[in-house]
Amino acid sequence: MQLGSICSFAKGNKALLPPAFAAWFAARGWQAHPHQLELLAADDAALLLIAPTGGGKTLAGFLPTLVDLAAAPHDGLHTLYISPLKALATDIARNLARPVTELALDIRIEDRTGDTRASTRRRQRVDPPHILLTTPESLALLLSYPEAPRIFAGLKRIVVDEIHALAESKRGDQLMLGLSRLATLAPKVQRIGLSATVQDPAALAGFLAGPTPCRVLMAPPGPSPDVRFLATQAPPPWAGGGGRWAATEILQQVKAARTTLIFVNTRALAELFYQAIWAENTENLPIALHHGSLSREARNRVECAMAEGSLRAIVCTGSLDLGIDWGDVDLVIQIGAPKNVKRLVQRIGRASHRYNTPSRALLVPANRFEVLECQAALEAVAAHDLDGTPRGPGPLDVLCQHILLCACAGPVNANALFAEVRTAGPYGRLSRAAFDDCLEFAATGGYALRAYDRWQRLVETGGHWQLRDPRSSRALRMNIGTIVNVETLKVRLRGRGIGGGGGHLGEVEESFAAQLSPGDTFLMGGEVVCFEALRDMAVLVSRRATRKPRIAVFSGSKFSTSTLLNRRVQAIIADRSAWKSLPGHTAHWLHQQSEISQLPRPGRLLAESFARNNQEFLCIYAFAGRAAHQTLGLLVTKQMEAAGLEPLGFVANDYALLIWGLQPVDDVAALLEIDGLRDGLERWLGDNAVMKRSFRNIATIAGLIERNIIGQRKSGKQATFSSDILYDTLHKYDPDHLLLRITRDQAMQGLVAFERIEAVLSEIGGDIDHIRAPHVTPLAAPLLLEYGKVPIRGAGAERLVVDVAARLMAEAGLE
Amino acid sequence: MRPIGEIGAMDMYPFQFHGHDLQALASGGLYWGTQRLLVVSDLHLGKSERIARRGGSLLPPFEVLETLSRLTDLVDALDPLEVICLGDSFDDLAAVEALEEPDFAEIKRLAAGRIWTWIEGNHDAGPLSVPGSHLAERRLQNLTFRHIAQPGAVAEVSGHYHPKQRVAVGRARPCFLLDGNRIILPAFGTYTGGLQACDKVFDPLFATDARAVLTGARAIVYPRQLPSKARNPA
Repeated sequence: MQLGSICSFAKGNKALLPPAFAAWFAARGWQAHPHQLELLAADDAALLLIAPTGGGKTLAGFLPTLVDLAAAPHDGLHTLYISPLKALATDIARNLARPVTELALDIRIEDRTGDTRASTRRRQRVDPPHILLTTPESLALLLSYPEAPRIFAGLKRIVVDEIHALAESKRGDQLMLGLSRLATLAPKVQRIGLSATVQDPAALAGFLAGPTPCRVLMAPPGPSPDVRFLATQAPPPWAGGGGRWAATEILQQVKAARTTLIFVNTRALAELFYQAIWAENTENLPIALHHGSLSREARNRVECAMAEGSLRAIVCTGSLDLGIDWGDVDLVIQIGAPKNVKRLVQRIGRASHRYNTPSRALLVPANRFEVLECQAALEAVAAHDLDGTPRGPGPLDVLCQHILLCACAGPVNANALFAEVRTAGPYGRLSRAAFDDCLEFAATGGYALRAYDRWQRLVETGGHWQLRDPRSSRALRMNIGTIVNVETLKVRLRGRGIGGGGGHLGEVEESFAAQLSPGDTFLMGGEVVCFEALRDMAVLVSRRATRKPRIAVFSGSKFSTSTLLNRRVQAIIADRSAWKSLPGHTAHWLHQQSEISQLPRPGRLLAESFARNNQEFLCIYAFAGRAAHQTLGLLVTKQMEAAGLEPLGFVANDYALLIWGLQPVDDVAALLEIDGLRDGLERWLGDNAVMKRSFRNIATIAGLIERNIIGQRKSGKQATFSSDILYDTLHKYDPDHLLLRITRDQAMQGLVAFERIEAVLSEIGGDIDHIRAPHVTPLAAPLLLEYGKVPIRGAGAERLVVDVAARLMAEAGLE
Repeated sequence: MRPIGEIGAMDMYPFQFHGHDLQALASGGLYWGTQRLLVVSDLHLGKSERIARRGGSLLPPFEVLETLSRLTDLVDALDPLEVICLGDSFDDLAAVEALEEPDFAEIKRLAAGRIWTWIEGNHDAGPLSVPGSHLAERRLQNLTFRHIAQPGAVAEVSGHYHPKQRVAVGRARPCFLLDGNRIILPAFGTYTGGLQACDKVFDPLFATDARAVLTGARAIVYPRQLPSKARNPA
């Protein structure tokens, strides 16, 4: 938050501001926004402020606290501020220091995140500051200590920043459970939610406040942003995910602007683009890189340089989606399709954080398919058409964790906790039976086969549940949080000394590291590094500036295109008259598709078959979004396996599904028969890689699987075993176990998106156009390069394993 | 020697080892037909119980059942005269005492009427209160059966390391590692992880032409993946 951002020429009600504050504002020629003053006057128990980026909502959240603390001294914690980003907490601590110092307020402000030193965190538990800036995970941790009631007893205000972002993930559910706890510890506490523009404010208010009435305050929306395509000489490539093809033109834009944020959708693509833009950057403009795989030190350096105004551009990922206000950013470049209109609007808002200046943004589609999506997004932004997905009920794995953490703080009364949990918005309709299941899971593991007295994490005495072994609280606290990362390995520069570890560059996924052979090169933090060895669970690398990198495939987050954008994309393809607003190359591409194969038509389903590299491909254009296509892929390949078509794998993007195998598919309609798919869904839910991955996350959050803690992993891999084994065991012996039920439910909601498949299939009503193409078609080409291929471990794969083994044995001269 | 046909549908990899015909079974057991000897390793029975007892995660308490039922299938199919469990049969000694009655009865039933040997492992060092004899190692003709491989040993069959190897398609599978001098068995226990066959730990134990027999639906033989540049593209 930059205080400059509250600068506005709007007439406000000065009377509310105490004279010292008014004078301080006046001395800077600033005037508060009306919504900031309205919040100052509010005494609601819960309130949601919706303001566009640059609307000064963070100051709106803090102003009442500063005024209150200036008026009367307060002993202990007064205001708890929670944001989804550590960086935001740190940044706000820095920015609040200024008015506090200049107004000579006796206010202590501290942040507390995963990055805060252990000694500081210990001290904060004994002697909390007036304003504590933290994250949902750190709050959950704080609440798990026995001294939580004392720490929070005097709490007066809770400010939840970027609540619209939190509400989209389990982090938000965990936070709301935490707030329900806080409401018990400090019954008079006021909660304020700060949100960007959302499609359904009332739903978000319900999420924040639960049964408490919650007023929604809407700040004026500000001017419409100036968003357009980046004009380029060459068309975007046929396929690919990055913006390297436009690096020259993007650099020209960076030169013309003061400061540019360049958003890239994944970490790997950010690395590649960063390298590409530096290859063009002959003037050595200060351009930095920021993404979640980089080491904390590296990210801090970039953030500080940005705050000092010494950078001209940052190539970044979702790591900079939210939060930190950099007033100097005057241009945002989005590389790749935005996938979601809300996120695009938010990113656009990063440019020119000044209220009355329109934000300026350029879209750079990564390939021709994305041109369509970018065009669809431009139209949606202009129409103020935001996508929204209604939230399901609060997930039970998060509740399991909450129960265990409550027990860490002290004995838990089941009735009281149930009543408390129901005051959290996402858990308002939680049934007692579901709650009891979670409690049972937390206490005994909740297995059908009981009778083991050792399976007791919690024991009940006199209606209160407590930890059987208080020492287990340590392991439970280590497991806090709802973000389950894929297993990663640190990347270190090989030191000069014997076996010495040099600097920590960042992290890569274990599966990526496993593919590396010595001598392989990849990009990390913008430099080409060469894989040397795997040692002590770290990837040792050396600098190798001259070699061309192998593509870094450590993945970043992958978004699904929203229904809204997908509809718009379909409409554009179907309407030849709409092509005139597309770049010529894209219109031409669609035209080519219509020549080589045909265009997807509304109300019908296009399927294409072609052969490539001795494998048979089938591409199905369902336009149902990545998640639904993922499901369709799993179900269809099951059918194919049963029919002896030997599928080997599939990959989905937001528009289509591509399946490959050893046999050609002749009858697509049979594979897409809805009853067959529905039957398959039931059986399929039991056994597949995606479900197992989902189970791993759920089991980790619920506390069945302990996170791998750095340092403990050295004990050797024999000691740890795959969560797949747990899944298989449960599935075989206890198929109705709570965690399997949660896995199924969540899969149906998010992962599976089966409703979208059903909707599409009922819409087409069996009208399938199956084209046998001579080769890969223009629309199918991007899928061949898509990441996230799902292998099918069936007969086809087994045949290949045997073939490869035989070949290798022969090569090795072993019989 | 029982004809291979009597092993039923079980897939296996037959090989010669110090003058004997052995079979690496896809299920993870080693079978010596002429001796009617079945060898399994690292059952880690009671692992979930031990973790629960120590205040850790409450893992699904079905792993003893699952491991024993797979062992039962194997014993019932092969009807061996002798069974050797190569150590770490129990996750710790207390886990032996914590065995549920039906599980204990099942072990008793399996051991009845045959020579049953529990080799001592690092997890279960000490006398065991289950039927069968309890030995540090067992010699049978010219072969030695022990828990941990000894560098320099020949004609040795051991366990301990839980080797696994990645395959052309998909994730790593538990595997046998073998060369002219020794055999290391995969872990048979349900709740067991593994050590990559390319781990340097195995270098002093195996010649460069060692092979890995992957277990699973079928027994598939690969060259052992080497740690360095000699790694195969799988």
